[in-house]
Amino acid sequence: MSMLIFERSSAGRRLSILPEKPVEIEQYIPSECLRRQDLDLPQLSENDISRHYTELAKRSHGVNDGFYPLGSCTMKYNPKLNEAMAVLPGFCDIHPLQPLASIQGCLQVMAEAQKYLAEITGMDAVTLQPGAGAHGEFTGLLLIKAYLHSQGQLARNKIIVPDSAHGTNPASATMAGFSVINVPSDEEGYVDLDLLQAAVGDDTAALMLTNPNTLGRFDKNILQITKIVHDAGGLCYYDGANLNAVVGLVRPGDMGFDVVHLNLHKTFSTPHGGGGPGSGPVGCKSFLAPFLPGRLAMEEEDGTYGWLLPEQSIGDVKAFYGNFLVAVKALSYILTLGADGLAAAASQSVLNANYLMKQLSASYDMACDGLCMHEFVMSLEKLKQQTGVSAMDVAKALLDYQMHPPTMYFPLIVHEALMVEPTETESKETLDQAAQAYLEIYRRACSDPESLHKAPQTTPVGRVDEVGAARNPRLKFGD
Amino acid sequence: MGGYLPVDSAGQQQMLQALGLSSAKELFADVPEEMLLEQVNIPQGQSEWETEKAMRGMAEKNQVFSAVFRGAGAYRHYIPAIVKNVVAKEEFVTAYTPYQAEISQGILQAIFEYQTMICRLTGMDAANASVYDGATAAAEALAMCWDKKKPLAILAASAPPGVIQVCKTYCDGAGMELVVAPLRNGLVDKKALSELLQDQRAACFYLQQPNYFGLIEDVAGIAEIVHQYKAKLIMGVNPIAAALLQTPGECGADIAVGEGQPLGMPLSFGGPYLGFMAASKAMMRKLPGRIVGETVDNRGNRAFVLTLQAREQHIRREKASSNICSNEALCALTASVYLSAMGPTGLRQAAALSLEAAHILAQRLCAIPGFALRYKSPFFHEFVTECPVSPEYLEEQLAKRGILSGLPLDGSGMLWCATELNDESQIDALIQGIQEVTV
Repeated sequence: MSMLIFERSSAGRRLSILPEKPVEIEQYIPSECLRRQDLDLPQLSENDISRHYTELAKRSHGVNDGFYPLGSCTMKYNPKLNEAMAVLPGFCDIHPLQPLASIQGCLQVMAEAQKYLAEITGMDAVTLQPGAGAHGEFTGLLLIKAYLHSQGQLARNKIIVPDSAHGTNPASATMAGFSVINVPSDEEGYVDLDLLQAAVGDDTAALMLTNPNTLGRFDKNILQITKIVHDAGGLCYYDGANLNAVVGLVRPGDMGFDVVHLNLHKTFSTPHGGGGPGSGPVGCKSFLAPFLPGRLAMEEEDGTYGWLLPEQSIGDVKAFYGNFLVAVKALSYILTLGADGLAAAASQSVLNANYLMKQLSASYDMACDGLCMHEFVMSLEKLKQQTGVSAMDVAKALLDYQMHPPTMYFPLIVHEALMVEPTETESKETLDQAAQAYLEIYRRACSDPESLHKAPQTTPVGRVDEVGAARNPRLKFGD
Repeated sequence: MGGYLPVDSAGQQQMLQALGLSSAKELFADVPEEMLLEQVNIPQGQSEWETEKAMRGMAEKNQVFSAVFRGAGAYRHYIPAIVKNVVAKEEFVTAYTPYQAEISQGILQAIFEYQTMICRLTGMDAANASVYDGATAAAEALAMCWDKKKPLAILAASAPPGVIQVCKTYCDGAGMELVVAPLRNGLVDKKALSELLQDQRAACFYLQQPNYFGLIEDVAGIAEIVHQYKAKLIMGVNPIAAALLQTPGECGADIAVGEGQPLGMPLSFGGPYLGFMAASKAMMRKLPGRIVGETVDNRGNRAFVLTLQAREQHIRREKASSNICSNEALCALTASVYLSAMGPTGLRQAAALSLEAAHILAQRLCAIPGFALRYKSPFFHEFVTECPVSPEYLEEQLAKRGILSGLPLDGSGMLWCATELNDESQIDALIQGIQEVTV
């Protein structure tokens, strides 16, 4: 068990960060405005802090620690050049409200990122303001709403979401003031054209879709799908969470989508940071561009850079211009890979997924047959019926093989689901080792299921009591 | 072509063979042919060295000011060396949300410690693991208070324009009404606020401490008024100022939010920053986003885990209170390390030195003919002056001297900021520059 930083604290211990010049506070602030409550922050030496976080780092697992095939999250390698570029003083030490002449480089980064992302998605304009994928969804839906309202189409207030969709899709629709119509997908996660046809109508604002879908399949009916929605007067929103499968090869704009969000922390290799920061740029076709939030960077005729303020903007969705340093990393990635590298990466991500799926299908049931795209979903329903070993047990057992488990129990339409996304930056050897571990776990499920219920055994802690945590919340030290 | 692929073409052939395929093209058989491109229309890839040159070229086009007297929502403070060192650890940088508690105890514990520090800084009962920034934290806080019978949110006009704009966008989206409460001498006009609250349609009132003009609001007094009309008080706080000023808890706030950037994050042209959120026990279950709780493992050891997930989008879908999934975890870690490195004494010192530098700056400026404070009430580390020349002209002239001036406001106003980094020599250089320009 590792000590909390507060338990390491010792009264009077401190670093000497700032000059010890005495300041008479009450000379400036009336005493009734002053804090009376004790400021109970930890009191430590620099060595204490350094060791504390080194210990915490050892009890964490990142892409750098091993295989991390967390489906839908695209945990690819995070190139170090990108990190080095994002700490350059010329990017880090720039105030967001500096005069235009002093931020030409920042605007160039934004303008280039906007331009390349628009080209990659087949869109006409891109905003970098949204802070993550879900934030991009919210933004994209507000664009749709603003556009429909500008056309007098106030009755279009429904968003169609397949039941295989990420939970953020329906949640974003609600936040943007729409109501949600969930449509069932078929067993391969494909949109059922008849059900879609029946669902669209005068009240349809848009369809939200990810393609490849959350079962890792490319919906070959995509052009019919987007046509059905457009014919009914609705718009088509592309959830870019799964773009890594086809980036540089297929453009959402060519599939018939009007709006798209990207996750720079998935497809464009920026690190996930233990949960963030991400970045969720939104691209759109030209008829939606006047409604974009915030400011767009643009290159002027004389080669300098300036701001473009969309005329009918929905307003800002975040202060300033988005997670700029994340855009720096993504641009660095795009420049390195280029058109050829992106296509090769997508292709390899699909090859890696199929190669691993092929090996695992020797034992495990796949949620659907045939080739997959960048990820695949296994259903452990039968295994559970036969041996009592659940998707959770298999996931926890994988921890003892020093690899991160797949996404569990998603998509919701597959029972006992494990969703595996190897990404293109894993070698054949890593995939072979992973396959061995998965297959060994399957054998153990059949021969010694009990050992899997007890997994993991080698991790710093065993299975944790989640129910107890929620029932009796202790959310800070001392609760 | 540059890239990070470990599989070479021989390896690819082996893998394709294992699949019974002859080319990678066959993997994309489901994609309608007319849609499949060879490549998109962007430049071809290049070596690491070439990319580095291009990126450095862009960074060098920016002007890094040696002295910054501008805040307005983004503050330059000293960042201890250990902060950068810890947050560059690859285990933290390259992990994702700690869904698998058993191998993520380090990150979970770090978030739990962050939540504790935010509670201690704000005097509140519970905090979440972060949202995108201070403005979205404010907007999420409004949503926490929303109620069908109370469809109105009121914001102080003294909140930063960025916060007001983002709240407006979120309210427009969700169908919540928003009004901005007027000011008197740069501070919330309590009488006007009472009138807005009169019909009890307001779910909440948001104000910021110190406010956009740097002034210290009477938050405790305002809390009484707000609660009298059964609305919630949301208090935006500057986390450095929080070391000295009455805490949201002491003021009676129901929710405390803020922009965490001053806690160890560089200016970064506006992001990534850190939205922190904390609430009273009564509102704890309405907090959006990830929350870490303490529990035990099956061996009886203390352990940490993501908790209260029934609030969240992946469980509740369209009924979730927020759609947030990815947050600003690494920035939250930055804030934790910063607060640990500063400790209670160091944080108070950063606040005190900023306070003093701002007051010295105000005094020195106002000794120059034509400069005068626009507002007379106490301020923290920002303040507004009238200027004898156009603020834009002043900005331009000081920029030539490597100094980023205050932010030009409407008319002749300029919003100045000082932190512990604006020492005497910087202030001397600023004053000298201004004297050369205004003579």
